[in-house]
Amino acid sequence: MSIEISNVSKRFGDFQALDDVTVDVGTGSLTALLGPSGSGKSTLLRIVAGLEWPDSGEIRLAGEDATALTPQKRGVGFVFQHYAAFKHMTVRENVAFGLKIRKRPKDEVTRKVKELLDLVQLQGFGDRYPAQLSGGQRQRMALARALAPEPNVLLLDEPFGALDARVRAELRVWLRRLHEETHTTTVFVTHDQEEAMEVADSVVVMNRGRVEQIAGPRELYDAPANEFVMSFVGQANRFGDSWVRPHDLEVALSPNGTTREAMVERVTHLGFEVRVELARDDGEPFAVQLTRDEAERLELERGQIVYVRPIRETTFA
Amino acid sequence: MSVPRRIGLRAVALFYLAAVLVGPLAMVFYRAFDRGAGHLWDSLSDPNAIHAFKITLILAAIAVPLNTVFGVVCALAIVRRRFPGAGIVNAIVDLPMALSPVVVGLSLFLLYGRTGWFGHWFQAHGVQILFALPSMVIATVFVSLPFVAREVVPTLREIGDEQEQAAHTLGAGGWTTFWRITLPAIRWAVIYGVVLTTARCLGEYGAVAVVSGHIEGQTETATLRVQDAYENFDLAGAYGISIVLAVMSVIVLVAMTFLKPKEATS
Repeated sequence: MSIEISNVSKRFGDFQALDDVTVDVGTGSLTALLGPSGSGKSTLLRIVAGLEWPDSGEIRLAGEDATALTPQKRGVGFVFQHYAAFKHMTVRENVAFGLKIRKRPKDEVTRKVKELLDLVQLQGFGDRYPAQLSGGQRQRMALARALAPEPNVLLLDEPFGALDARVRAELRVWLRRLHEETHTTTVFVTHDQEEAMEVADSVVVMNRGRVEQIAGPRELYDAPANEFVMSFVGQANRFGDSWVRPHDLEVALSPNGTTREAMVERVTHLGFEVRVELARDDGEPFAVQLTRDEAERLELERGQIVYVRPIRETTFA
Repeated sequence: MSVPRRIGLRAVALFYLAAVLVGPLAMVFYRAFDRGAGHLWDSLSDPNAIHAFKITLILAAIAVPLNTVFGVVCALAIVRRRFPGAGIVNAIVDLPMALSPVVVGLSLFLLYGRTGWFGHWFQAHGVQILFALPSMVIATVFVSLPFVAREVVPTLREIGDEQEQAAHTLGAGGWTTFWRITLPAIRWAVIYGVVLTTARCLGEYGAVAVVSGHIEGQTETATLRVQDAYENFDLAGAYGISIVLAVMSVIVLVAMTFLKPKEATS
C-alpha cells in the first residue's frame, strides 16, 4: 500500500515540528526517515499512523484520503521505541491482541500466533510475560504483534534505539530479511545514518521539520543535495567552499604544488580502517580515512607533518 | 548506627505505637467483654444497633461504587486529556481531605436546609434531604471522594499512554482499550483506592453527624450509635459497636497489606 504525504505541517506550541512536508512512499518499499532529534521524523511517522493530527496537509493510504481516520481504521502496524508491551498479558496474548479485537476464529488465532512467534524466533516464549524478556526479545514480540493483523503498512519508530549495538545489528539484518519475505510497505524512523543506509531502499533525510533529500543510500552519499545532507550522512570535511569525504583525501609525506600542509593529531586503528585526525595550517581540524595498508606505508605518528590533497570534492551553490 | 541507639529508637517507635494506637484499641476490646459476652451480644443484636450497621453498609455500598467510577474517570481526565483547568480539577479533588468533615456537614446543612438554595426546591416537591438518607449519602460521598483518584493518577502517569496507542493501532476502539489495556494496568491502584474509600465510609462521623439528625433506628449510623450509646451511659453497647467497626478496619488493613506488594511487582 502506498503512502502519500502532501504538504503536511504541524506545530507544538511555538515549535514547528513539520513544515510543509511532502513524501511519497511506494508500495512494497522499505523507507527510512532519517534526521537529528527534533527534525520531525517521529512526528511525521505518528501522523501517518493517526496517533498525531496534522495542522494542515493530507495523508493518503493506497490512494484513499486517510487524514481524518482514527488509528484503528488505518490498518497500519506500529512499533514503538520502548516496545509498548502489554505488561499484564503473556507474549502469546500480546501477539493475539489485534486478532482477538477483530474477532477472528479461535483456531485461526492460535495458528497465526504460532506462525508469528516462529517468524520472530520466540518459539517457547509464548507463556512468558514481557518483563521476563530481554529488550531485543520484547521488540521482536512487538513486531509480531504489529504484524498479526496483516497490516498494509508497517511503521517503526526508532525500533532499535533502546537496544545495545550487537542486538541492533542483528535486528537490522532481520528486519531487512523480513521485508524481503513479506514485502509489506515499511517506514522506519532512525537518527542513525548507518542504520538508514544499511536497511532502507530509500532514505528521507529530514532537518528542522523539512525534507532535505529523498534518495537511495548510494545517491545520498555520492550526490547529497545540500550541505546538511553532506555533513549528516557520512563524515565530511569542509575546505573553504568545498566538501571532501575523509576517504577522498590523499596523504603524502612530501609536498607537490597542489597539496596542503597538515599535522597529525591522532591515529585510531579500527581494524581495516585507520582514522587519522589532523589539523590544517590554519588550525582547523579534519579527518582522513585510510586503509590499514596505506597507514602502514606512511607510518604516521602524532605531531608529524604531512601533505594532503583532495581526490574528489563537492561544492554546493 | 550503634546497637544501643538502634534498640533505643525501636523502643521509642514501639512505645509511641502502643500508647497511641494499640493501647486504646486493646482497651476497647477489654471493656467490651467487661460485663460478659452475653451482654455484648445483647447490645449488638439490639434492633437499633442492627439498623445502624445496615445504614453504615448502605452508605458504603452507594458511596464506594460511585466514587470508584468517578475516581477512575477523574484520574483519566486529569492525566490523559489536556484541557484548561486540569490543574484546578486536580487540586479540587483533594479538597475533602483538607476540609474538616464537620464543615462539609454544615455546608450541606446550609445548602439543603429550609432556607438553603436547594432546600426550598426539594421541600416544595416533598423530598426530604436533611435528616434522611439522601443527605447522609451526599456527605459520605463527599468525604470519601479523593481516594480512588489519588491512587490512580500517579499510576496512570507512570504507565504512560504508549500501550493505549499500541492498542489503537492494533484496531481497538476507546472502550475496548480501556477495558483490556488501561484498567488491567491500573487495577491494583483502583483496588487500593477502593479499600481506602471503604474504610473512610465506614468510619465517617463528622459530616454525617451534622446532617443526619441522629434519629435512632432511622438515620443513625454505626459511628453515630457509638456516640449515642456512650452519652446514654451504655458503655458496653458503645464498646460493642466499636469492636465491630475496629474488626472491619483490621480486615481492611490486612487487605491493604496483602495488596501492596502485588501492586509493587505488577
